[in-house]
Amino acid sequence: MLGLQQASVTYPGGRTALTPTDIQFAEGQITVLLGPSGAGKSSILRLLNGLVPPSQGAVVRKGIGSLEQPLAMRAHRLSTAMIFQQHHLIGRLTVLDNVLLGRLGAWSWLQTILPPSRRDRLLSIAALDRVGLAARALDRADGLSGGEQQRVGIARAMAQRPSIILADEPIASLDPASAERMLGDLRRICCDDGLTAIVSLHQVEFARRFADRIVGVRHGGIVFDGPPAALDDHAVDQIYGVERPAGALAAE
Amino acid sequence: MSAEAAHDAMNAHDAMISHDAMIARDDRSRAKRLFLVASLAVVVLASMWTTGVLDPERFADAWPAIAQISREMFPPDFRRASQWALPLLDTFTMSISGTALAVALAAPLSLLAARTTTPSMIHYRAARLLLNLLRSIPELIMGILFVAFVGFGSLPGVLALGLHSAGMVAKFFAESIEHADPKPLEVARAAGATPFQIIWRALLPQILPQLADTAIYRWEYNFRASTVLGAVGAGGIGFELISSLRILDYAQVSAIIICIFVCVTIVDGVGALLRERLE
Repeated sequence: MLGLQQASVTYPGGRTALTPTDIQFAEGQITVLLGPSGAGKSSILRLLNGLVPPSQGAVVRKGIGSLEQPLAMRAHRLSTAMIFQQHHLIGRLTVLDNVLLGRLGAWSWLQTILPPSRRDRLLSIAALDRVGLAARALDRADGLSGGEQQRVGIARAMAQRPSIILADEPIASLDPASAERMLGDLRRICCDDGLTAIVSLHQVEFARRFADRIVGVRHGGIVFDGPPAALDDHAVDQIYGVERPAGALAAE
Repeated sequence: MSAEAAHDAMNAHDAMISHDAMIARDDRSRAKRLFLVASLAVVVLASMWTTGVLDPERFADAWPAIAQISREMFPPDFRRASQWALPLLDTFTMSISGTALAVALAAPLSLLAARTTTPSMIHYRAARLLLNLLRSIPELIMGILFVAFVGFGSLPGVLALGLHSAGMVAKFFAESIEHADPKPLEVARAAGATPFQIIWRALLPQILPQLADTAIYRWEYNFRASTVLGAVGAGGIGFELISSLRILDYAQVSAIIICIFVCVTIVDGVGALLRERLE
């Protein structure tokens, strides 16, 4: 439903972050972009919601077409929610007010300056309920733990009522237990609602358990594409570029 | 309906009620905030009403006078411009020395007036009181006093600017000190540093850009303020300005104001440049 067509990213200064790439993301599937830092995972995600324009090629969404035009990009963004690496919350606002930021795309400028409607607030609290944080809705956002703040990020994305979720290293700053909870909540919600999710990770184990499909990225190109079961040690080595002695694999 | 399904339905019902209760609580806190904003608006409007800002009749009489003086200000009369160069330079050097004096006074005072570095609450309160006192004596009054103490010229202007600004500069310095990250201070303390070493090596490097920012801002302000100080005989271009005003020579007044405007713009530009360098 969403994909890149020969899209590449070259940053000013000439550094190529992504070589011309073709990839399609299927509806209702959870895809994990796996790879080391700087491999091009972020560039793919940032292409997919227009935070960087493609240097060549195009980003295409089914039903909208190429996202080059601002109006097409806005239509795409309204139904595409982003989960960020850091939680990106406004610390002094309540958790509820932060989740309401997800509703912005649906509001007129008048709604933006008026107090949020009861309907939108109920929807936001329901979104918090799905990550187990409804009881904290009226607490200040900076009073929550790192894992909780990151889950508020999921609730904020859900408040947007998206059909696509993009998540850029959502567990990079979390301890293992919080990461487990975060990905568990995200997977459950995506499966319940039939959402398309594209998530970048750099932990192989989490990717294996969480993904329907794994796309390995290295040096700005795709080096692996398949189901988690197909991601063997050889594939992992290809993605991470580990040079093992010839006998080491057989010995394991 | 199975027992489990009934239980689930009940849970869902509970959840709905608690969500409603939450909305009600949210409504109350939003109403409280709205009340605060509304009270503030009432105070602002009342102040504007009592001071006549909202009375259009008071402005009706002003237009003819504005038109009259504007006509007299045009064209600006620059014939005496060569005689303004030195007073302008005086104003410039006054603002620099005044700010330097303020920073020198503010450095020790701010350490006493910051909760994180003050030796005791007594020092803290005494320092805060002194800063309030310095800020509550307008620089113009200080200018008059110092003219009486040390005679006419730039010196009383510098002293007035320095003392008055020290109040504000020290308050802002103290603010920066309080907001500094305590972790590097712990590093220094754990390494056996003396209080002076902690301040010099762990605190100062963190807050130096903010301190410079405050000092540069105050310098820009002092340049503008020192034009007024000339009016009480404390040196600078202000003396020329007030002389022209006294003889109602508005063409010359507008010319001097244009000169001051050009200098203020230059000072602001230099300030911005310095700030960029200090990042």
